[in-house]
Amino acid sequence: MKITVDQDKCCGAGTCVLLAPDVFDQRDEDGIVVLLDAEPPAALHSLVEEAASVCPAAAIAVSS
Amino acid sequence: MSEVDELPRFPFESDAALEPPAEWAELRSQCPVAHVQLASGDEAALLTRHADVKQILSDPRFTRPTPGDDAARIADSEDGGIFNSEMAEVIPQHGEAHLTWRRGIGKWFTAKRMNALRPGIASMAEQLIDEMVLKGAPADLKASLGFPLPVWVICDMLGVPEHDRDQFSHWSDTMLSMTRNSSAEMKTAEQEFGRYMGAHIASKRLNPGEDLLSALVTDPEPMSDRTLVATGIGLLIAGHETTANMITKMVAMLLSDRSRWESLLADPSLVRTAVEEALRLDANAGVGMARYLTEEVEISGVVLPPGTTAMCSMAAANRDEEAFADASSMDLRRSPNQHLAFGAGAHACLGQPLARTELQVVLEVLLRKLPSLELAVPVQDLRRVEGLVVGGLVELPVRW
Repeated sequence: MKITVDQDKCCGAGTCVLLAPDVFDQRDEDGIVVLLDAEPPAALHSLVEEAASVCPAAAIAVSS
Repeated sequence: MSEVDELPRFPFESDAALEPPAEWAELRSQCPVAHVQLASGDEAALLTRHADVKQILSDPRFTRPTPGDDAARIADSEDGGIFNSEMAEVIPQHGEAHLTWRRGIGKWFTAKRMNALRPGIASMAEQLIDEMVLKGAPADLKASLGFPLPVWVICDMLGVPEHDRDQFSHWSDTMLSMTRNSSAEMKTAEQEFGRYMGAHIASKRLNPGEDLLSALVTDPEPMSDRTLVATGIGLLIAGHETTANMITKMVAMLLSDRSRWESLLADPSLVRTAVEEALRLDANAGVGMARYLTEEVEISGVVLPPGTTAMCSMAAANRDEEAFADASSMDLRRSPNQHLAFGAGAHACLGQPLARTELQVVLEVLLRKLPSLELAVPVQDLRRVEGLVVGGLVELPVRW
């Protein structure tokens, strides 16, 4: 799994961080997404898929 | 005018407090772009499909109507209520300015900050539940817990003192009126609230605290006073009424079929997905989100001309069978759950991590402290609040 995030699209809702805090974080200064782990272990894949699909700004892309 | 008079009135009425109006399913399948009449009498194009609502809410070209737009008004007061007010105009809605404003506030709503609020929210919920239990059953869960909790939380974030909380509830209630309060009452509330916020901001400038408003006034590039007042009022209203009603409706949904409550007692790890499912199935979410179309746009094969006000019903979209398997049933394990309860795109609800955190914490504390909780009236006796932009229940009688 390879993750990319689009910081320009991100609306800072924090949904991904609530779901997968080991993979996503938010910048302290404005709440915009920060990718911590672009290739997370398999145990986290389903949470990452969920984070990508529920992101309100469609700012997370996942490829296999 | 006779043509306009014959349009269906939106929002639609529903017989049962927790059930959707029949029109939603009909429109989704037969008339995805429906011409309706709002409470104001103005005309709008109502969208009910998940894909359509998501498309329009995510389209960066369109934002909610502002006073200069000649858009449809939501409320029946002369100026159209809160969503058409001057306050809505002060906060930048477009492009770079909106982004700057939003990101300045956004850092106060990060998931990390929300997690740090959890213990505080839990102890507030425990205190409110203890007080409710002391008074004895039956109790109104809305008045005892659902309403006070979010006001306490948002007042804390804004540095508003405890003794002003009740006044805030009153103002936000009045300002969110769609049909219940007169235009004069709404204006008065807005002015009183504006004066209070002005004074509150001035005092924060003199004696900054650890709260959000203090940080905004001491920022090296501070917002104008008008924007600060509008921001403070906006956050209070947004952080209060919506979450307060949602706590109440969520508990009502979970208790209306008590096997749901029992599933959660047996496996509290379902709290997170259960909260999302309650948000999705909220049949009484309020009027929805309006978008003023500045350009022609095609939705489900229908071309809407510029100048159209599109009314996005997220609650109807959240029951779209095309987007959700077995859409009308409550599945506490549903995942992923792409509901639109918080909107979508650049204007998606800023406070959604706070709302989620409050809903999750309240549910966890209720399950732990009052496992025997149940409705004290038959579900068909639950009544909706009428005439507010945000939907809710009049009360939620419970016992334990």
